[in-house]
Amino acid sequence: MKRWSQIKSLVDGTGSGLQVVVPPSGATAWLTTATAGAMAFLAVFALALSLATTRLADRWSSELARTATLRISATTSELAAQVAAAETVLATTPGIASFRVFSDAEERALLEPWFGPDLPVDALPIPKLIEIVEDDTGLDADALRLRLQGEVPGAVLDDHTRWRAPLVQAANRLRLFALLSMALILATLGGMVTLAAHASLAANGQVIRVLRLIGATDSFIARAFVRRFSGRAVAGSAIGVILGMLAILALPSASTQGGFLTGLGFVGAGWILPLLIPPVAGLVAYVATRMASGRTLRDMT
Amino acid sequence: MIELNDVGYGFGGGDLFSSITLDIQPGSFHFLTGPSGAGKTTFLRLCYLDLQASKGELRIFGKSFAEMGRDDIAMVRRRVGVVHQNCQFLDHLSVADNVALPLAVSDLAMDNDNLDQLLDWVGLSQRRRAMPPELSGGERQRAALARAVIMSPDILIADEPTGNVDWEMSQRLLHLLVELNAMGKTILFATHDLNLIRAAKAQVSARVLRLRNKRLQLAGADL
Repeated sequence: MKRWSQIKSLVDGTGSGLQVVVPPSGATAWLTTATAGAMAFLAVFALALSLATTRLADRWSSELARTATLRISATTSELAAQVAAAETVLATTPGIASFRVFSDAEERALLEPWFGPDLPVDALPIPKLIEIVEDDTGLDADALRLRLQGEVPGAVLDDHTRWRAPLVQAANRLRLFALLSMALILATLGGMVTLAAHASLAANGQVIRVLRLIGATDSFIARAFVRRFSGRAVAGSAIGVILGMLAILALPSASTQGGFLTGLGFVGAGWILPLLIPPVAGLVAYVATRMASGRTLRDMT
Repeated sequence: MIELNDVGYGFGGGDLFSSITLDIQPGSFHFLTGPSGAGKTTFLRLCYLDLQASKGELRIFGKSFAEMGRDDIAMVRRRVGVVHQNCQFLDHLSVADNVALPLAVSDLAMDNDNLDQLLDWVGLSQRRRAMPPELSGGERQRAALARAVIMSPDILIADEPTGNVDWEMSQRLLHLLVELNAMGKTILFATHDLNLIRAAKAQVSARVLRLRNKRLQLAGADL
């Protein structure tokens, strides 16, 4: 019970020393703490989103940048010859580390989500796919297309640029939005603390008059309010971060089927990052209260 | 200690008082009297730098008020104890904490024995844990006096401290102020109670200042 009272006094900012000069303000104090908690909870998700989109953009950039797909469409009788001709062209094209023709089983697996598991690949005029992996020197896609036009008329080279770029751009945009959200959350916290500090300073006009009468400097009075609001912001955001991290933990784990959404979370050392939110919230509250109290005390003559 | 040179103060276009010249010497005891509305409280507020004079110069501890910054004013107030008729406290703190508050504000350590002695001196040792709203008028005045002297100020300014208390309590407060003066403290005591001033004359050598017709006069034998 004594322990709880100590914790409560810490959260209230009524612990000891300097802070006791500011009277406890009941519901307002808990409102500040609760708002800081809610903001921190949202900040955890914004951070998780930011990290997930960063990973996604990196993956799409690196994994898809060095591959291309060759699609060969031809009648069943000509398909084998066209594939062989394409293999000859690829084998003599500089910049290609390796290439591989998709087997019937692999093509069936690719089409399975749309046509079911018993697709008769042999009986259908399905194009043949060849996966190309570039080497470090890189592939001249335009030159390869020209050669294929002459030697393998049914071949279409897709170097993934067309659809990879918008995906990476979308992921980068999402990351930007997530970072912007975090900035807005912190700005909202700062605004809320400023309003609360103004209200508290106005409500404690008599306390400030008494303190000035007995020789308190403006910085002493400001410190008393700053400590109180910073303490509330840190305590509230710590609770919000813990709840946010628990919620992230409760999300389904990453899977290929789930795609992006199930990858929303923290990986490895990324779990440390949310722990930075309470000190940052405390810093925001410190600056906000310092500015609010400085301005108010200057105006209070 | 406090020097006023041709000081005037007014608001709303009119002067409350003007052309006040006064030098309050260290260790002196001054009564300030005058009819209600004469400006006693305003005069005292000028003395403890709560108001700025409209004209003239006020110097305290050798420094001109006009040249002081906000922190300088705070430092001066640590050397000036103030007791009001309606003394204000921090109602969420006990009497002992309120009395010790000037030490906390000045980042000075509190000696519990000294605090006990001080509370005993003003007769509040049994009320140290009481909260300010629980105190009677006389107890509030004595608590305010204890708070005003805990920093051992050079000057004590009392604004109608006996206004809300009975004659016996007035005598008791006066006696405490006389004791402080005997210890070398400078006292500036505003009161409209001429009987109290007459009673004080038997205990202390005091000058009596009277605010009347916008001027500060030295009161004579009519008291």
